[in-house]
Amino acid sequence: MEWKTPLFEGQMIYLASIKPEKDAELESRWTHDAEYQRMLGTDRVCPLSPAQIRKKYTEIEKEMDEKGNQFYFTIRRSPQEINTDSTTEGEDGAGDLLGFIKLDWIEWSQGVSSVSLGIGDPAERGKGFGSDALRLLLRYAFGELNLYRLGAVIPEYNQVALRLFEKSGFKVEARQREALHRAGLRWDSIRLGLLREEWETR
Amino acid sequence: MVNQSRSNKHWESLMNVPLFQGELVHLIAPEPQLAAGLHSRWMRDSEFVRLLDTDPARLFSIDKNKEWFEKNLVEEQKDDELFLLIRTLEEERTIGLIGLDGIRWTHGDAWIGIGLGEREYWGKGYGTDAMRILLCYAFEELNLHRLSLSVFEYNPRAIRSYEKVGFIIEGSARKFLNRDGQRYDMLFMGILREEWERR
Repeated sequence: MEWKTPLFEGQMIYLASIKPEKDAELESRWTHDAEYQRMLGTDRVCPLSPAQIRKKYTEIEKEMDEKGNQFYFTIRRSPQEINTDSTTEGEDGAGDLLGFIKLDWIEWSQGVSSVSLGIGDPAERGKGFGSDALRLLLRYAFGELNLYRLGAVIPEYNQVALRLFEKSGFKVEARQREALHRAGLRWDSIRLGLLREEWETR
Repeated sequence: MVNQSRSNKHWESLMNVPLFQGELVHLIAPEPQLAAGLHSRWMRDSEFVRLLDTDPARLFSIDKNKEWFEKNLVEEQKDDELFLLIRTLEEERTIGLIGLDGIRWTHGDAWIGIGLGEREYWGKGYGTDAMRILLCYAFEELNLHRLSLSVFEYNPRAIRSYEKVGFIIEGSARKFLNRDGQRYDMLFMGILREEWERR
């Protein structure tokens, strides 16, 4: 890859910063969808108000700035993908917000980090936005941050995410048996990993 | 309501189990001053630090450590973690630390961690004894469903000890560690309540 190749521009999406006011309204709506929160991981499912989401954004930006151990991006629909009848709200609109993707738990001394992502609106899932965003984030992690390995932790019941990560080169490395209790059933937590040399030789 | 006339010896014997005492050691709540002094000394042993954690080895003053313990153990005690010290029964010597963190109450899962700072107690069953105490506490008192831990591939002594108390290897994070330019795996181990009960 040439050094000039844009880091944040995908085919269908682009990575951007948080736009606190507008994004919070939309993300608050997503948190009222239990499925979205359950698919993301182990946190207690709980609806959040726009004010609570804005507080979360403030904390994320503060940590990114002060600790430098995470990189959080919003995933937004590229302009050419926006139809004339879509809900875009001008050039700074939040109508183009699709989800988020982040690197966190960075340990600089080991060169490792964890990846997670979410596409908020059920109608926008399965269209390749997550895959496009993950491709950009892997290049960012290995090509810009010079990390050596990335991990991901995914609930057994999130088959869509498992397929996405495996398709992007991640290998299943561990299965923590019955680590999740959802909907009255016990589920495994699946841990995946991707090494720099695996990403480079794809 | 408890009917006193129905209380029986069986019930009493269950309730009066010494939860924090094993055969070689007992677990005590850390006093910040004591914990800070020991921690400062143990952290100078870089082999210990590289067996204990993925964080880079570094040195802080006793005062700084004490401040940290006061903040984290006393002032801002959290609901999702527990930190105890390991003390020998015979000499009442504090030899290590043990604890739970990332307790996920809704799922009944937690991470367990242990370290023996005093090297002369390595490989003699003290750590295994402390693990048995904390496992019993986690399953019988906290009612957790499983426990998780991570351990480095170059630490076979710890892996054997964890297997002895019932943990099994569930996988690894390949090449997670970079030590002097060489890469090592980090292993994940787990134990379920039913496996612990069947022991």
